Amino acid sequence: MKRIILALAASSILTAGAASAETLKVCAEGAYPPFSKTNEAGDLEGFDIDIANAICDEIGVTCELQATEWDGIIPALLEKKCDAIIASMSITEERKKAIDFSEKYYNTPARFVARSDADFTIDEDGLADMVVGVQRGSVHQDFMEKTFPEVELQLYGTQDEVYLDLQSGRLDAAIQDSIAADDGFLKTDAGDGFAFIGGNQNDPAIHGEGAGIGVRKEDVFLKYALSAAIAALRENGTYKEINDKYFEFDIY
Amino acid sequence: MRFELALQHWEVFASGVWMTLHLTALCLLIGGCIAIPVAFAMLRGGVSGWLATGYVYLFRGTPLLVQLYLVYYGLSQFDFIRETWFWRPPAYLRSACIEDLMGWKVCAADFIPSLRSAWWCALITFSLNSGAYVGEILRGALKNTPKGELEAATALGLTDKQVRRRIHIPSAFRRALPQYGNEVIFMMHGSAIMSVITLQDILGVGRWLRAKYYVPYEGIVASAILYLVITYLLVFAFQLIERRYLRHLNIKAPGAERGWFGRSAV
Repeated sequence: MKRIILALAASSILTAGAASAETLKVCAEGAYPPFSKTNEAGDLEGFDIDIANAICDEIGVTCELQATEWDGIIPALLEKKCDAIIASMSITEERKKAIDFSEKYYNTPARFVARSDADFTIDEDGLADMVVGVQRGSVHQDFMEKTFPEVELQLYGTQDEVYLDLQSGRLDAAIQDSIAADDGFLKTDAGDGFAFIGGNQNDPAIHGEGAGIGVRKEDVFLKYALSAAIAALRENGTYKEINDKYFEFDIY
Repeated sequence: MRFELALQHWEVFASGVWMTLHLTALCLLIGGCIAIPVAFAMLRGGVSGWLATGYVYLFRGTPLLVQLYLVYYGLSQFDFIRETWFWRPPAYLRSACIEDLMGWKVCAADFIPSLRSAWWCALITFSLNSGAYVGEILRGALKNTPKGELEAATALGLTDKQVRRRIHIPSAFRRALPQYGNEVIFMMHGSAIMSVITLQDILGVGRWLRAKYYVPYEGIVASAILYLVITYLLVFAFQLIERRYLRHLNIKAPGAERGWFGRSAV
């Protein structure tokens, strides 16, 4: 069954015409460590990138990765600049209005980060005079706008810029994926003096069921192929291999 | 295409227009105040001339975006800057506020440049940048003033100071008008990069719309149309100003019979 789906997917890519049968154009990000970052040579690397390549191997195509600005990544998919988004994108109802998703490939909660000595609480009163930073177009922006509409919110193009302004003190707090914050900031030298504040923030209506691979709605076969490939990676141990390269526990 | 999204959020776009316009206007005002002494210093030479020339070279020699990054992300790296008032004004100035001043809340701290705020960083960077460009424009215009014009004034018995104030500066500044009009438009367009440091200007709002509704073009096209409209309003305004102040250079224009130097030259 899996084989049939994969074959169908390959043909659906072929008929899409945007790429040759052997390449799948993937929009990734590049400033969201450890999931994706740009190394000194200008190449993309990270968990998302490894997963993307493994999935392409599984389907039998070559990934052509494109670093894409986060706030334009769904438009890029819709404009056929790429055929799939593998960029830690949460599967949400709001996004499902525009695109479709594979099954999740990981799921980690969102948490606030602030200076270690910060003594405010995460509620309407505690955040009243605070400036909070989020990445523009992320679920965290939606979360803040819905849960704390009165709090001053600053929007950034990349998560790395959020960390820079946390360090400079322009931001009192930031909310983002907890693993991204832990590995991409708190465990680095830059994150010295910062810590998580409050527990996991989880609003199923906003945060969804985890991060999935975004595809255009009409590419149904591709969606099933990607979900099947994720399941296969879970089964054959490739996922664990990639997971253990970055994380101490299973983030699926 | 879903352009109704831009119309639905017209008040967000209006706030973006206000951000672009008021910041550009303030930068041109401050930049102009910097440019005049800089232009004279460059003409005079000496130590102040070297300093002014260095300043102009520095700001004309690097991209505006790099300058903005240096001020916004660069200066914030230094602890000693973060410990001064110029990072964040003290609490008693932040709380000394007049509420409801024409619907606005104005605090004493608002008047102290604070590098913590993206708005101040943009204002400082754009003003210094504009000062350099306008300074260079004015220097060129002052230098190219026909010698005869100044000699004629001296021959009429005007003192050096009078020559400068009543002949040299008005004549040069008028001739600089077309170039200055260009600089105003460049500054307005250049201000679009303030959206990278979190300010919600016209482009910032366009990107916000794009990220919110996942529409590839609508937000950006709406921004482009707004920039286009403002640009043409500015071009039109400068045409009117030039028609008024450069009348003496257009012999077909009415009023040319007043003489080559217009009404207020002598």
